[in-house]
Amino acid sequence: MDSSPTAVIAPTDRDTAARPSWGASLRQSLGEAPLFPLLILCLLVFTALFADVLAPHDPTLGNLRARYRPPVWAERGQAENILGTDHMGRDVLSRIIHGSRISLIVATAAVLLAGALGTTLGILSGYRGGWIDQVVMRLTDAWMALPTISFAILLAALLRPSEWNLVVILSAVYWTRYARVIRGEVLSLKERDFVRLAMVAGCSHWRIMGTHILPNIANSAIVMATLQFGVVIIAEATLSFLGVGVAPPQPAWGLMLFEGKSGLMTGFWWLSIFPGVCIMLVVLAANLLGDWFRVWSDPQLRQL
Amino acid sequence: MQRYIMKRGFYALVSLIILSITIFCLIRFTGDPAVLMVEPGASDADLQAIRKEFGLDRPWPVQYGVFILNMLRGDFGMSIYYRQPAFDLYLQRLPASLQLTAVAMSISLLIGIPIGILSAVRVDSWLDTIGKSFSILGLSLPSFWVGLLLIMVFSVSLGWLPSSGSGTFWHIIMPAFSLGWVFSAAHTRMARSAMLEVMGSEYVKLARLKGLPEKLVIGKHAFKNAVIPVLTLAGINLVIMMNVAVVVESVFAWPGIGRLLYEGISNRDFPVVQTTVLMGGVMIVAINLLVDILYAYIDPRIRYGQ
Repeated sequence: MDSSPTAVIAPTDRDTAARPSWGASLRQSLGEAPLFPLLILCLLVFTALFADVLAPHDPTLGNLRARYRPPVWAERGQAENILGTDHMGRDVLSRIIHGSRISLIVATAAVLLAGALGTTLGILSGYRGGWIDQVVMRLTDAWMALPTISFAILLAALLRPSEWNLVVILSAVYWTRYARVIRGEVLSLKERDFVRLAMVAGCSHWRIMGTHILPNIANSAIVMATLQFGVVIIAEATLSFLGVGVAPPQPAWGLMLFEGKSGLMTGFWWLSIFPGVCIMLVVLAANLLGDWFRVWSDPQLRQL
Repeated sequence: MQRYIMKRGFYALVSLIILSITIFCLIRFTGDPAVLMVEPGASDADLQAIRKEFGLDRPWPVQYGVFILNMLRGDFGMSIYYRQPAFDLYLQRLPASLQLTAVAMSISLLIGIPIGILSAVRVDSWLDTIGKSFSILGLSLPSFWVGLLLIMVFSVSLGWLPSSGSGTFWHIIMPAFSLGWVFSAAHTRMARSAMLEVMGSEYVKLARLKGLPEKLVIGKHAFKNAVIPVLTLAGINLVIMMNVAVVVESVFAWPGIGRLLYEGISNRDFPVVQTTVLMGGVMIVAINLLVDILYAYIDPRIRYGQ
């Protein structure tokens, strides 16, 4: 009677003592999160969600009498098209706003799919070992040796250009890094006491992988996913720029740069500047956030 | 050591086989090559004749075997568009690619190493801030957009440099810079972290204890050791660079392998595309194997750790 209350109270005590401080540290850390990248990414999500309302014009509807209008502050610029119009008289601002939706959807879906695939294979291969490990790692090695962009171009040329094919292509190309890194972490986690105890307690392999190992590698997976987000945005823009990504007349940023390239020599600079700035800002934000998150989740890296 | 090399070599071979199977399957399962080789609207008999001629009517494993055997003899198939052996086309374009990559690599190292070293020597100073921002900015700009910006400034506005083509020294500047830019960021990072590590090491402390002037400590003792990992990374990146160059080459119409790949895609010339992608994979496998062996040679812990 004496020992059981303390045995019950002790953990709750620790809980109540730990919880506010953990919450406070989380809040404090989030308070330290870099504002600029968060702002950019929130803006991206916002414009992607409300593109239909925000865009002043139809992004695919051209007006041949209004071709190559410069931005509003330049000479001949008109308030109707704040960022000017392209070679078919389509409003650049509206296309950029709708393009944010494509970038966000394609990049998020590709990162999630690649992350899920790579993480699953990484956990399986690290935890089960043996021939599974051999097969997965040889496959990873081979896919890592593929020239990324060329391979993506080849895939894109073989499949029909569309957003969902892009998602498949990008995740087919970018899953390897997750598999490699996660496997390494699982290998060392497997030797830790809590995993061994779980084994001794008779947990099934799936339970150990799902509830004991997965939460412990989640941090690395999320850090990688954040950093990959930028990589995938650039890859999507690259494929669209080469004409094997998003199909016209869809307003993807990379495609806009491709279409704007023909007007570059004749001085229609706005077609090449604005979509590029958008790509840069989003990728920069993802990289900054990823870097910050990496350091935040791993104090050992803080001194670097 | 020998066992280690054998093992690594075996893995490399497995990688190559998986690579070739992947590419072979992709090309064969996504369309009938015979349809690509004949004029549109050709009769069924013509198609059958083409299939027979190129062995496309045989079972898949046999076709794969033929594909591998031909490749070992350097026969990667005929280009459908140029009516020339695809491998010859590849070799013709290789020098231009090598030239571009060499210049781009030099640019990236000339930018990356000094910035990385300086920001490591003066941690948390304004130099370090600039170095860090530079390395993150470099990773955030798509190389083709850098190319477009360069064209805008140096070709359209200033009229100093030609916007496309090759031939003179002036032609290579912009493509090499836009290609090198992205990698200079990676090299800055590497140089910075390598230099930080070296600066904390015992022999740098000893050099300081001896009373060597700081300039000598950094310039002679630390710098040399910090540059080694950067150069290793640069070696690997050289191969990656050649493959990434496809976008930059298509922006500047630079006649390298990347441009060949791009043309192959636009002309639906799959033997050419296949050759380019496969050769890219072979190069990456080869350089990885080389680095593995080199590291094992330098560091015995690696070859016994396995």
